[in-house]
Amino acid sequence: MKDEERQDDVLAQGHVPCDRRRFLSLGVGGALLAAGLSAPVQAAERLKSSARIVIAGAGAAGLAAAARLAARLDGAKITLIDARKEHLYQPGYTLVAAGIKPQNYVVVGRTADFVPRGVELLEESVAEFDPEGNRVVTSSGKTINYDYLIVTTGLKLDYDALEGMDVSRIGKDGLGSVYHSPAAAAATWALVDDFTRRGGVGVFCRPATEMKCAGAPLKHTFITEDYFRRRGTRGKTELIYHAHNKALFSVPIVSEKVRMLFRERGIKTRYDHVLTGIDIGRRIAVFTTPQGKVEQPYDFINVIPPMRAPDPVRFSPLAWQTGDFAADGWMEVDRATLRHKRFPNVFGVGDVAGVPKGKTAASVKWQVPVAVDHLLADLAGGKSEQRYEGYTSCPLITQLGRAMLVEFDYENNLVPSFPGVVAPLEELWVTWVMKTMALKPTYVAMLRGRA
Amino acid sequence: MKEFDPLVILAVFQEMLGFWLWVLLLLAIGGIVAFLVLWIREQHLVSRRLVQSEAVGLLGGVLALVIMAKVSSSGFTDAGGPLDWLLVGVIYGIGFIGTVILVYALMGWWDQFRRQS
Repeated sequence: MKDEERQDDVLAQGHVPCDRRRFLSLGVGGALLAAGLSAPVQAAERLKSSARIVIAGAGAAGLAAAARLAARLDGAKITLIDARKEHLYQPGYTLVAAGIKPQNYVVVGRTADFVPRGVELLEESVAEFDPEGNRVVTSSGKTINYDYLIVTTGLKLDYDALEGMDVSRIGKDGLGSVYHSPAAAAATWALVDDFTRRGGVGVFCRPATEMKCAGAPLKHTFITEDYFRRRGTRGKTELIYHAHNKALFSVPIVSEKVRMLFRERGIKTRYDHVLTGIDIGRRIAVFTTPQGKVEQPYDFINVIPPMRAPDPVRFSPLAWQTGDFAADGWMEVDRATLRHKRFPNVFGVGDVAGVPKGKTAASVKWQVPVAVDHLLADLAGGKSEQRYEGYTSCPLITQLGRAMLVEFDYENNLVPSFPGVVAPLEELWVTWVMKTMALKPTYVAMLRGRA
Repeated sequence: MKEFDPLVILAVFQEMLGFWLWVLLLLAIGGIVAFLVLWIREQHLVSRRLVQSEAVGLLGGVLALVIMAKVSSSGFTDAGGPLDWLLVGVIYGIGFIGTVILVYALMGWWDQFRRQS
């Protein structure tokens, strides 16, 4: 039997070539691995394998997965594909747009600096996924075959879906947009700084699609309101938050808490308002509501665009074919294992995964070890029992210097890390300290596979 | 966060402080060792020196709070719950005790050095 045929054969059985004798010699480490009980990354024995693993996307999930796989595998060919030269700490955008941190705070370094030894970085993007053929095609037309694929492409900010939107005008005419880029976040802060000195109408919103860090639009609203109060200009302003449905946050108990805080701080709330267009010159936001289109004039707006899976994923067989996640092309993965439902040698981790909630760095931190453990168990011919229950967290800033540490799962349960110590719905300085001091180092340690 | 792992905590502090993590650890360990050796050598605590170092320690606690406020872009005035006040106390306490130990050890060893020369 030729090597390629043998490869196809084992793939059909859900395994890839692995040196069985070496695996048996792993002893306790191997047994733990097969049982799905993952030991700390650095301490675990390495598993010999000649598997070809492609990781599409070198964002938080891609780099963290590469670090963990490189630490656990000996002989595997791991290829990381991403054209982006810089790695950005996206959870920091809110702090830049709040004037708390400078623009360069979110630039953590070159992507290449975080690529672990033994992993090849291909500085291109994936143009096509072909899961039936177990291959991807890059932007330059290069075909790369794989035994296992981890899709970590992140998501697409679909500004084009907003009629009249022009990203080149962010930072001018009251047009802010925190999510776009570090420069846009800094430009948004310049607008907020000016707006909170002069007053006027501030418009805030979120898209109707799945989105990364659903707490960020709320944080920005709270922070802006706090600047008004601190600067004594609160009386000269009207702040309006537009929710895309009938809630302010997907977790009901948190939504209710935010509703109370908005009421206490005089932030008006409109439900079932989805931003679908904008007239930048006239400073008018257009919302689609159940009653039709509504125009809302503004002096400042934080535009958050619809978010979807990147086109190569969205228009590939990897996307959900039916259900809530189909329209925007999120990957059809099992929500507990992150394994693709139709292509078992494919995993989807991070923002691109079509799972409820949790497009955050915290989700990535808990998703990556699960997906990696399942992949390693496949290589070892075993089975992983690890499950991702939807854990995610949001240090929801409610004013400068205070935040609520909101942690929850798929079922909307609050799952506090410090039960009885840090109350999830209490505005605390300690949570602010965590957000401003500890989260970025934790994130960077995660990229290196150390957290 | 689902679990605590000392290696993860170390990794996070390494990323947070970089080179300064080791400087601070050396300072802390060096200060404690210098204090303990001095205590054993003198076989008692010198009350006058202790009171003087405690006086400086009061400022050390304040300095710790100021540094914390600077690096967190906030301050203890943002404390909103009991845990926050506990954190304020812990930060002040670390600054106070650390300064007392360091100053006491420095003064003691300076005295020893002067006596010997």
